[in-house]
Amino acid sequence: MTASATGSAPPPGRLLRAFARNPSFVAGSLILLAVVAVALLAPWLFPGDPQDMVAAPTLWPGQDPEFWLGSDSLGRDVAAGLAYGARVSLAVGVTAAALGLLIGAVVGAVGGYFGGRTDLVLVRLTELFQTIPTFILVIVIVAIGQPSAPVIVAAIGIASWPTVARLVRAQFRSLREADFVMAARSLGYSDLRIIAQEILPNALPPVVVTTSVMVANAILTEAGLSFLGMGDPNLVSWGSMIGDGGPMLRTAWFLTALPGAAIAVTVLSLNLVGDGLNDILNPRSLQQ
Amino acid sequence: MSENETLLQVRDLAVGFGKTEVVHGISFDVAAGETMALVGESGCGKSLTALALMRLLPRGASIRGGRVLFGGRDLAALPERALRDLRGNEVSLILQEPMTSLNPVLPIGRQIAEVLLRHKPMSRKQAWQRVLELLALVGIPEPQRRAREFPHNFSGGMRQRAMIAMAVACEPRLVIADEPTTALDVTIQAQVLDLLDDLRKTLSMAVLLITHDLGVVAQWADRVTVMYAGRVAEEAPVGPFFQAPRHPYARGLLGASVGESGDAHYTTRRLAEIPGSVASAAAEPGCPFAPRCPETIPACRVRPPSLEAVAAAHRVACPVEVAKR
Repeated sequence: MTASATGSAPPPGRLLRAFARNPSFVAGSLILLAVVAVALLAPWLFPGDPQDMVAAPTLWPGQDPEFWLGSDSLGRDVAAGLAYGARVSLAVGVTAAALGLLIGAVVGAVGGYFGGRTDLVLVRLTELFQTIPTFILVIVIVAIGQPSAPVIVAAIGIASWPTVARLVRAQFRSLREADFVMAARSLGYSDLRIIAQEILPNALPPVVVTTSVMVANAILTEAGLSFLGMGDPNLVSWGSMIGDGGPMLRTAWFLTALPGAAIAVTVLSLNLVGDGLNDILNPRSLQQ
Repeated sequence: MSENETLLQVRDLAVGFGKTEVVHGISFDVAAGETMALVGESGCGKSLTALALMRLLPRGASIRGGRVLFGGRDLAALPERALRDLRGNEVSLILQEPMTSLNPVLPIGRQIAEVLLRHKPMSRKQAWQRVLELLALVGIPEPQRRAREFPHNFSGGMRQRAMIAMAVACEPRLVIADEPTTALDVTIQAQVLDLLDDLRKTLSMAVLLITHDLGVVAQWADRVTVMYAGRVAEEAPVGPFFQAPRHPYARGLLGASVGESGDAHYTTRRLAEIPGSVASAAAEPGCPFAPRCPETIPACRVRPPSLEAVAAAHRVACPVEVAKR
């Protein structure tokens, strides 16, 4: 179990109970599971391309039982758009957060473990990235590259790693002085092995918490990009649906409200999961 | 010196932090198969010496000079990679704090197996078999079950036994035990030291025991080296040392301990004390103990005295004592 960095880790059974007892974790993961289910089942729920014009334009929700969430100004099915949008949002969110996590963990681990000049250079680099607003940096990178899903993922990943790097560095700085790290050194282990096997698993709990929030932020950033028309034009995403619905805000507000709600609910669920994990993985909350 | 071959030769080892030198060129030997105790009060540099031998000094501290000869190689000058192959394999370290010296997220058995896999050409299966043997060897009951448990399932004494199992896993020739029992209560302390002593005999390894407890020295060590303020004050076999310590500091230490003779106890008599404090050694150009010493002669205050033999295998850094010879 990677539950505690400092004290005694709880037995697995108690950890499971702690998960089940935490209301925000349970609520968040249920919502998230529902979103994931919709995303995974989209091709079966809504066969065909969600960009196809299949209905009369601007049907209100409930007006036509076949398109129960209505259609947009081009006659595209809103429900299908939301389901396929979930795929894009989650995929972009998770991969971008994973990329940010990877870069951040490597930079933070190397800087925190080795310290000295290496650390100084890496901290300055991290600070350099932190001075640039995340969203602006993403826009610049996407504007330079093509507005395609991989470029967007890379842009969000590159813009979001500093948070992780700072967190991981702080963990490594305290854990590198731990007795078990000294013991590992006295057994002849290499630095790489000490980083990967001794320190990293012990540094994970706060990183896990941050990751869920990073996924949420990546989803928001992707939505923002698509809203501005800088998303991947071949994909339906929640952000692009809001962007498309924008001009009709007064006559057909549901076109922006529905994808907006989808974003809000997904981001909320990820934050709930993050809060829940924070409580559960906090060693102090496990002492009782 | 014992008739055994010398395993570790430390010569003029100096260790310092930044501008200040903490260990001022100390020399001592450890013979194969013996238990040598390095004694001294807190801050005298004994732990730093132990860490310096394995080049595991904390950040900011460094070896300033001297040699650490181990099996014909100078550990102080060995390339890092070669040193790593040695650590845990031929020389290993047992730390003071068993509660925090094991990785909390890995099962005990796995942690011991990793040491074996790191240094010995073994398959995972062979290593696991050896882990079970080692756990039985250090007196952990039900090795099969305990090997799969995490450090938090172990008590302090059991964790220290697991640490010892890790340290002796590769059958090293030298184990450096840095106050291995300070964090344990007295009954467990005796068990752990007995265990270490048994292992020393069965695995024919030498133990460098760092401690501040003279009772431990008397019971488990063959020879003792007393350190004061970063210098060696006296070096002697345990018998002669406890019968007749030669250095005034060593005499003071024995006088201040409760177990000196059978009836001595703080309830029956007032313990002797050494006047002054270690801090007085800082500005002393001569013998570091001179400011607190009851028998100073002018020569003491000029330069630090060198270690000189007063009897067979008994050396002391005190001009007064050397003159009495």
